[in-house]
Amino acid sequence: MTRLRVETDPVLCAGSGMCALLAPEVFDQDEKEGTVVLIDDRPAEERRAAVLAAAERCPAGAIRVAGAD
Amino acid sequence: MTEAPSRRPAPLPTERATPLDPPTGLAPLREHQPVSPLAHPDGTAGWLVTSNALVREVLADPRFSSRSELIHSPMRTDPPTPAPRGVFIGMDAPEHPRYRKLLTGQFTVRRIRQLTDRIEQIVEQALDATEAAGQPADLIQTFALPVPSLLICELLGVPYESHEDFERWTNVMSSAGSALADAQAAEAALTAFLAGIVADKRARPTDDVLSGVIHEGSLDDEEALGIALMLLVAGHETTSGMLGLGTLALLTHPGQLALLREDPALIDGAVEELLRYVTIAQFDVGVRAALEDVELGGRLIRAGDSVSVSFIAANRDPDVFDDPDTLDITRPPGRHVAFGHGAHACLGQQLARMELRIAFPALLRRFPGLRLAVPLAEIPIRSEMPVYGAYRLPVAW
Repeated sequence: MTRLRVETDPVLCAGSGMCALLAPEVFDQDEKEGTVVLIDDRPAEERRAAVLAAAERCPAGAIRVAGAD
Repeated sequence: MTEAPSRRPAPLPTERATPLDPPTGLAPLREHQPVSPLAHPDGTAGWLVTSNALVREVLADPRFSSRSELIHSPMRTDPPTPAPRGVFIGMDAPEHPRYRKLLTGQFTVRRIRQLTDRIEQIVEQALDATEAAGQPADLIQTFALPVPSLLICELLGVPYESHEDFERWTNVMSSAGSALADAQAAEAALTAFLAGIVADKRARPTDDVLSGVIHEGSLDDEEALGIALMLLVAGHETTSGMLGLGTLALLTHPGQLALLREDPALIDGAVEELLRYVTIAQFDVGVRAALEDVELGGRLIRAGDSVSVSFIAANRDPDVFDDPDTLDITRPPGRHVAFGHGAHACLGQQLARMELRIAFPALLRRFPGLRLAVPLAEIPIRSEMPVYGAYRLPVAW
């Protein structure tokens, strides 16, 4: 299993907060606009499930994850 | 397996077997033609989308527009009109994100967490009022409506003393059963009420979301009013519907209720499951209009056609949820679309989650013997409302 590589797109981001709710160690929200702030683009293995859930449940498709297989 | 439906345009299915079942006409459509011809009451034809994958596809595709002036309602006959300034739910990019980004910072996970103590207080007050009302109490009037209504008033900076007025105006203006003149009068009354508040806050800023929007600097009063209107309406009847019907779902599924009572740590998953199972966005919320010809699920949607998505059909799709008509508070949340999907996904969803996560357990703690005071069939439901719910929920304990 390769380590996840995460990318986010603050322009696509709708500020739903799902990522910050599900994986707060990896994603935060901009104080002013509420858009995604990526804290950790190579999250540790124990965050895998939370990061994948955040990507799946992002309503705006603003999270891309490589190395998920 | 269900019988294949007709391929002629048909009205939106709305008849439910019980208050908690989806309209019965939806499952056959989802199974046989998840993009089906829809007859609008204004005489035009459009499309109804019922599978989870296709609902998400429509809501994520910018070729399907949210512009109000292009959209025909599946339930109402009033003609499509442009969204009032600031009412960005009925707009596309670039206007939609420009307005929305003025607000998203107010509804982040962090900001909502800071409201925890206040939400707990409001919930406890509503439970006190329920107890004081005596048995049977109408849980909608004592609990499900006042909790979100008071909270959104405080957040926006709208005086709660006026709640009976704006709750009534909201009901009349959004009901598909209202005469057009009545709906317009109710909207005018609500607009005038909020215009006064916006003018006040322009003159004397207070510490709330509306003052923040007004004094941010880029909006005029008319735009601020549009935003106020949208947030006030969206902020109270939605969560209210979920609190009422979510409670009803638990009371009619004693096994699930017992599970949650035994292990309150299940609440986060329980809330997601109740959101999925109940799905309060009934119609008019998820309507888009094709800006160009689009192929969707093997059907050709012509430019200009209106496309209604069914959130409840998507949330009961067996391709995405095992045993979808079973309430199971331990199931993984999966791809439910109770808050919509795409750029217009519910702005207040973390607020709603927090309210529900606090309110359901507090209700169950306060009333260990909580039960329905009338048979399920006697609970009046909001079948003609875009936002679903119960009008009354008589309970005893």
